[in-house]
Amino acid sequence: MPYNKNITEKSIPMQGKLIVVEGIDGSGKSTQLRLLEKWLISRNIPVFFTEWNSSETVKQITKKGKKSGRLTPITFSLLHATDFADRYERNILPLLHAGYIVLADRYVYTAYARDIVRGCNPNWVKKIYEFAIRPEIVFYFKVPIDIAVDRILSGRPRLKYYEAGMDLNLSNDPYESYRIFQSRIIDQYESLSITENFTIVDGTMEIEESQRFLRSIVMKLLPLSFPKNTKRSTRP
Amino acid sequence: MNYRAIRSLKGKKVRKGIFYGHAIPYLEDIEIKGRFIVIEGPDASGRSTQIELLSSKLEADGHAVLNAGLRRSELIGQGILEAKRNFVLGRRTISLFYAADFADQLENKIIPGLRSGYIVLSDRYIYTLMAREAVRGISSSWSRNLYGFALKPDLVFYLDVDPNGLVHRVFKKNSYLDYYESGTDLRLSDNMLESFVMYQKLLRKEFKLMQKRYNIISIDGNRSITEINQDLQKRIDDYLQNLQNDK
Repeated sequence: MPYNKNITEKSIPMQGKLIVVEGIDGSGKSTQLRLLEKWLISRNIPVFFTEWNSSETVKQITKKGKKSGRLTPITFSLLHATDFADRYERNILPLLHAGYIVLADRYVYTAYARDIVRGCNPNWVKKIYEFAIRPEIVFYFKVPIDIAVDRILSGRPRLKYYEAGMDLNLSNDPYESYRIFQSRIIDQYESLSITENFTIVDGTMEIEESQRFLRSIVMKLLPLSFPKNTKRSTRP
Repeated sequence: MNYRAIRSLKGKKVRKGIFYGHAIPYLEDIEIKGRFIVIEGPDASGRSTQIELLSSKLEADGHAVLNAGLRRSELIGQGILEAKRNFVLGRRTISLFYAADFADQLENKIIPGLRSGYIVLSDRYIYTLMAREAVRGISSSWSRNLYGFALKPDLVFYLDVDPNGLVHRVFKKNSYLDYYESGTDLRLSDNMLESFVMYQKLLRKEFKLMQKRYNIISIDGNRSITEINQDLQKRIDDYLQNLQNDK
C-alpha cells in the first residue's frame, strides 16, 4: 500500500519529549544543553542529542556549497531544510515515538531567523517546516549582542563567509558584518519569542545558575517511569 | 502570455518574470528576454530525444538554445544520486533535496539563460517533483508553497504515454526497471513490473490533476518519434510566430 494519508506522522502517540535551545552563537545554549544531557543520562533517562546542520548525508554538500560561495538565500535555506528533514525523519521523530527525551541544539526557529534575515519570504520558510512537531519547551538564550560577539570573537578569530553573513553585503569587514548579522537574528528571535512562546533564559547568568533553572523546568516534564532496556544515550 | 509586458520609458517592451508563489526577493523584478519551454513526461517517454530534435531545429532557425533538467546541478545532483543509492533518505528529505537542486539550476542556469535571451528547454520541471510528492502522501499545498519560487514557463508539454506501453520502452532502453521509477519505495506490489505500472498510473493521474492549474499541454506520446516531434515543433513554431506578430 502507498503511504496511508490518514495516518500522519503526528497521529502516532508521542511518548517522548522534545526540548530545544535557541539563541545566537555565544549565548551559552550549547553548554547548557550538554549539561542537561549529562544530568538526564545520570538519571538513567533515555536521551538523544541532535544539533543543527549535522546530517551525514547532507552536511558534505552544504559544506561544499559554502566553500564555493555559490549558495543563494534559497539554496542555503533548502539545504538546511534538507539537513533538518533528514535528522527529523530518521532520528528525532522515531526517537520521540520510542519515548526518548530529544535535546535539539537549534530547531526550526534558527531557520526562520536566518532565512528571513537573508530575505526569504517568512511564510514560505514557515510552511516548509510545517511538518516538524512543536517542541515541549524552547529555551531562548537571551544575551546582549556585545557579550555574545565577544565570547565568539575572543575564542575564534577567523569568521567564515556565511557565518559572518558576508553574503548579505552588510559590510566589507567580517567582524562588522558578523555583528550586524547577529543583531538582525536577535530581532527575529525577539519577535519569535512572543509568537512561539519561548522560555527566556538570561544568558548572562553563571553557568550553574542557568543549569539549575533549566533542570527545574525540565524536571516537571519528566514522566515517572521510563521504558526499560533502552539504551541510555545515543549520539549520532 | 505568461510574462508581464511592461513598456519601459523608451517605449520598448520589457518582460518581467512571473513566479508561481513567493518569488525570490532579489529576483522579483528581473527582465526576461528568452523563452522558457518545458517537456514533461514519464521515464522512457522520449523526452530527451524530443529535446535533442527540438534544440537542433530551433538552433537551425537561429535561436540560442539552452538545455536544463532535474538533478543536474553541480552542487547537489551527485549527492542525491549517492544518497538514493544507499536507500537512506525519507520522503520529506528527498523532496527538499530535489528542491535545493532545482533552486540551484533555476538561479544559476535557467534564469541567467532567459535573461540573456536563450530559449531554455527544460527536461522535466517542478511538476514531476510535485507529482512524485503527491503520490507519497505529501500535501499539495506544502509542495506548491515549496516550489513557489519557480518561474512560470511559457509552454509546458506533457508526453502522455500509456503506462502499459511504457514498460516496453523502458526495457528497450535498459534491461531493468529503476528502483525509484518503479515506485518501489511505495511497496505497491512485490512484482516489480506490476509496481512500475501502478506507480506510473498514479503519477499520470497527478499530472491530469495539475493540467489545468499549470496550463500543461498534453501530447499523445504513444505515437512515433517523428509524429510526436512534428506535433511539438508545430506548436512551438506557432507560439514563436505569434510573438513575432505581436511585436
